[in-house]
Amino acid sequence: MFKPIAFLFRPIAKFGAYLLLMAKVLSRPERFRMYFKQYVSEMVKLGYDSIGIVLLISFFIGAVICIQIKLNIQSPWMPRMVVGYTTREIMLLEFSSSIMCLILAGKVGSNIASEIGTMRVTQQIDALDIMGVNSAAYLILPKILGLMTMIPLLVVFSIGAGIFGAFCTAWIGGVMTASDLEYGLQYNFVEWYIWCGFIKSLFFAFIIASVSAYFGYTVEGGSIAVGKASTDSVVSSSVLILFSDLILTQLLMG
Amino acid sequence: MIQIKSLHKSFDGRTVLDDINFTFNNGKTNLIIGQSGSGKTVLMKCLVGLLTPEEGEVLYDNRNFITMGKKEKKTLRREMGMIFQSAALFDSLSVLENVMFPLDMFSSMTNRERVKRAQFCLDRVNLIDAQNKYPGEISGGMQKRVAIARAIALQPQYLFCDEPNSGLDPKTSLVIDELIHDITTEYNMTTVINTHDMNSVLGIGDSILFICKGHKEWEGTKDDVFGATNKRLTDFIFASDLLQEIKTEKNKG
Ligand SMILES: Nc1ncnc2c1ncn2[C@@H]1O[C@H](COP(=O)(O)OP(=O)(O)OP(=O)(O)O)[C@@H](O)[C@H]1O
Ligand SMILES: [Mg+2]
Repeated sequence: MFKPIAFLFRPIAKFGAYLLLMAKVLSRPERFRMYFKQYVSEMVKLGYDSIGIVLLISFFIGAVICIQIKLNIQSPWMPRMVVGYTTREIMLLEFSSSIMCLILAGKVGSNIASEIGTMRVTQQIDALDIMGVNSAAYLILPKILGLMTMIPLLVVFSIGAGIFGAFCTAWIGGVMTASDLEYGLQYNFVEWYIWCGFIKSLFFAFIIASVSAYFGYTVEGGSIAVGKASTDSVVSSSVLILFSDLILTQLLMG
Repeated sequence: MIQIKSLHKSFDGRTVLDDINFTFNNGKTNLIIGQSGSGKTVLMKCLVGLLTPEEGEVLYDNRNFITMGKKEKKTLRREMGMIFQSAALFDSLSVLENVMFPLDMFSSMTNRERVKRAQFCLDRVNLIDAQNKYPGEISGGMQKRVAIARAIALQPQYLFCDEPNSGLDPKTSLVIDELIHDITTEYNMTTVINTHDMNSVLGIGDSILFICKGHKEWEGTKDDVFGATNKRLTDFIFASDLLQEIKTEKNKG
């Protein structure tokens, strides 16, 4: 049966539970060394291991944007900087931060949710709690910090790969001359846009890690619940990324 | 010694534990027995603080666990070890690292001493050869033994085991039961074990609490079991054929 009131209040209750969990996460570590160890391994697992997919996707998107603009927008009466300029702005402003984080929400988010969820259903989290370890902080804090540390690096890789992809269309595909592209890429460059990308990505990294961890940490049941948590975490963090992208873009650019 | 006084726990208005009083003594293996769904796991979770009962007290050597402050609770937790039904080893860590984990987290030993202590505990459960394996690479019985080693690493005062031998063959069960019993007497711990394994009841039942549908139905020791007149207890215990045999033999002899 459809219950409208419950339907409306459930998200609010969930958000409250999320905030409570975050309060638990942000507490003083029992033993700094153990947290640091986790932090380093999360940086590797969440950040380093994502470099490949970021490079691959960014490369192709950079190339495809370049070709599309060349074919569809550029015409003899447009300045020759259009292709490079547009490609750069799309990569810097949206792709390398927002869209890349959406992709990472799928890869990293589901990984976090299923890992923590499995620890929950196999009672590993209970085992931590019984020992007197703050399980929320121990499991979640290193993931949030690890991803937030690595994400600017991934943004840089993404921008680099995108621009390399664009150049490849010129060098290999011969879609346009490399010098035209270079001219466009450097045309009216605003450094602040790179910082915007970093700032946005930091927010998104926090959203991905904390939201997925929340869904994993609150799993109840068995493997089906873990699967559902992993799906929910990807959907929720994607939606939240899109929303906050809207707000952040207004704040940073407006 | 752990005392529970008029413990009451319900989920969504459905009573699961009703007015349970009992004392778990130190240096003894205290068994909680009862049918599946009778509330054993819930009772144990109330004891260790994974669930909070609505009414009643849980006293750890006269320290009230339910009302004590966060900090005190944390200190008390260092004195507790638990073995879960599913072993609950950290599967990203090797066997040795699992046993070392509580030491890494809480002890002030040097790295050398921690490794030594962990290896001592592993040796105690006869698993020193498997120290570099991962939980996924060892058998269920071995996992349980690693869990025991991890639980005793910090020399706890209180040991909790939720069905330590479920899903194990009788021989391995026996090994684990004896191990827990030996450790208990050796370190004078207060050990609480959930079980519905009759071999354990007769083997290591120093003190037995029988619960039925959330009520305390009977208490006694393994020696009292045969003389017990409680209908529910005899039904529960003697449903097992093996015990029926033992009982007739005992009556003959
Ligand atoms: N989190 C929970 N929410 C609601 N009901 C619960 C919860 N945990 C346990 N119960 C109920 O409490 C009752 C007792 O469960 P418990 O797990 O303690 O049984 P048990 O004696 O340990 O059984 P088994 O021997 O099968 O492990 C069951 O009827 C169960 O449905
Ligand atoms: Mg149980």
